[in-house]
Amino acid sequence: MTDLSMPQTQTRTQSATGKIALRWLLYVLLGLFALYYLMPLFVMLTTSLKSLEEIRTGSLISLPREVSFDAWKTAWSGACTGIQCEGLRPYFWNSVLIAVPAVFLSTLIGALNGYVVAQWRFKGANIIFSLMLFGCFIPFQVVLLPMARLLGMMGIAGTIPGLIFVHVIYGLGFTTLFFRNYYVTIPSELTKAARVDGAGFLRIFWSIFMPLSLPIIVVTVIWQFTQIWNDFLFGVSFSQAGTQPVTVALNNIVNSTTGVKEYNVDMAAAIIAGLPTLLVYVVAGKYFIRGLTAGSVKG
Amino acid sequence: MSEWLENHLPKVVLAPSFIAVLIFVYGFIGWTAWVSLTRSKLLPKYEIHGFIQYERLFDSPRWDTAINNLYIFGALFIVIAMVLGLLLAILLDQKIRVEGVIRTIYLYPMALSMIVTGTAWKWILNPGLGIESMVQGWGFPNFEFDWLVNPDYAIYTIVIAAIWQSSGFVMALFLAGLRSVDGEIIKAAQVDGIPTWRIYTAIIIPSMAPIFLSAFIVLAHLAIKSFDLVIALTGGGPGYATDLPATYMYAMAFSRGDIGQAASSAMIMMLVVFAIVVPYLYSELRAKND
Repeated sequence: MTDLSMPQTQTRTQSATGKIALRWLLYVLLGLFALYYLMPLFVMLTTSLKSLEEIRTGSLISLPREVSFDAWKTAWSGACTGIQCEGLRPYFWNSVLIAVPAVFLSTLIGALNGYVVAQWRFKGANIIFSLMLFGCFIPFQVVLLPMARLLGMMGIAGTIPGLIFVHVIYGLGFTTLFFRNYYVTIPSELTKAARVDGAGFLRIFWSIFMPLSLPIIVVTVIWQFTQIWNDFLFGVSFSQAGTQPVTVALNNIVNSTTGVKEYNVDMAAAIIAGLPTLLVYVVAGKYFIRGLTAGSVKG
Repeated sequence: MSEWLENHLPKVVLAPSFIAVLIFVYGFIGWTAWVSLTRSKLLPKYEIHGFIQYERLFDSPRWDTAINNLYIFGALFIVIAMVLGLLLAILLDQKIRVEGVIRTIYLYPMALSMIVTGTAWKWILNPGLGIESMVQGWGFPNFEFDWLVNPDYAIYTIVIAAIWQSSGFVMALFLAGLRSVDGEIIKAAQVDGIPTWRIYTAIIIPSMAPIFLSAFIVLAHLAIKSFDLVIALTGGGPGYATDLPATYMYAMAFSRGDIGQAASSAMIMMLVVFAIVVPYLYSELRAKND
């Protein structure tokens, strides 16, 4: 901990008023930055509750004179993504159908992989892990073309199973990394003792490691869910009309050029698309941040 | 048989993932590298023709714009996000009463999709109805802020939105770093009467060098891969004024039907990422094995 706010030597020399003024300045600055980060969310929310007329005549940051939820209704079930006008609803469910199995599978496989790499070291295991780790960092543009062809050959191009497949494959590097770094901290004597007692590979995983794994499972599930829900590149490359995830549909609604531009509907749609990950963040922010930092600062 | 399985189960469990990575990461990179050396257009061809795609790429004014934009966007994004992140971290490290709440507010944009961020900022920066008209309404009728539709300035709107999204995350990285600095050294410096700002510039910040490196790697990586934000905010326009390598690659692959160009631009992106990430990962892995 660094405690620079009230260093003991300075309390004597610095005048009390000066210190209080500094504290005030500090809080004002922090408050201004908080406003800066909140402003877009505030603008989105208020705009989504205004009528188009009010948007045209009013100011960006004014509160709605008359609160209307029409834009939300349209965004959910009536807005046009190109030629279809069913709102975000079907695409929201597509994203759920993609994210749930993909998160489950990539987390499960990552847990098993991490368990092997951390606790059952065999010759070459480290090389395999390093190869998987590098896979986390490639720009996905470099695999888009062959993946599009492969999905076509497998007959799952433009389908939801196809997108699940892609997300599981390219999520494995990170999920393995998360579990490996967690399991490395568990003493290998535990595994050895269990083996002496006759427990096998899966038994040890299930009875000893799984019960210890709740925190890292939460971190991994949140990380994968956020990644997959927010994905756009795979969604736009490997889907077709009807199977698009919510991010692609949102972009289509916002950039559809037919008819009057309904900014309130755009904003409502943006909030709907962002709500699940935002909710996860608010409920389990601690785990979200842990995933972010673990995903960027290795080890 | 069952004993063999029990003994080899760890390898059997890891094998499918290993094979998947070999095929879908390294095999696919190989495929893209190969195709980038051919005359592939709408369909891939496998006859090698040397570096013609790369020659076409570097002759293309659109790619030139994309690379220039990457320099501008990357440099501004990385520098501003780091400075802002460090500043916020230091401000937050002064025993703030409601630190948890403020941290939550600073970091929430990171949970949002770039498409949501782009949509929000597209509306805020809308020349007719956004900030421009708001300031005009405040009694400055000549105020102009049309960056979003101005080819010379549109790239800066992407910087603005990207910083809003990522700076809180950089703050979190730095805050963790500040908290890990040895408190004894700081106390000793305080006892010696060294002013707070000197303690930061001379002791704390230099000791956080690894965090600066991590933040740089993460931000550089984000910058090179930036795709969604550009699509949502400007669509690469006006014209192709805000194209980045990622949007160039996508346009070639899926709307222009120019697989050769798509493959070669993807390879350049990968080389840039590897030039940044590989030395970092290598040193990290080596440090850990020592």
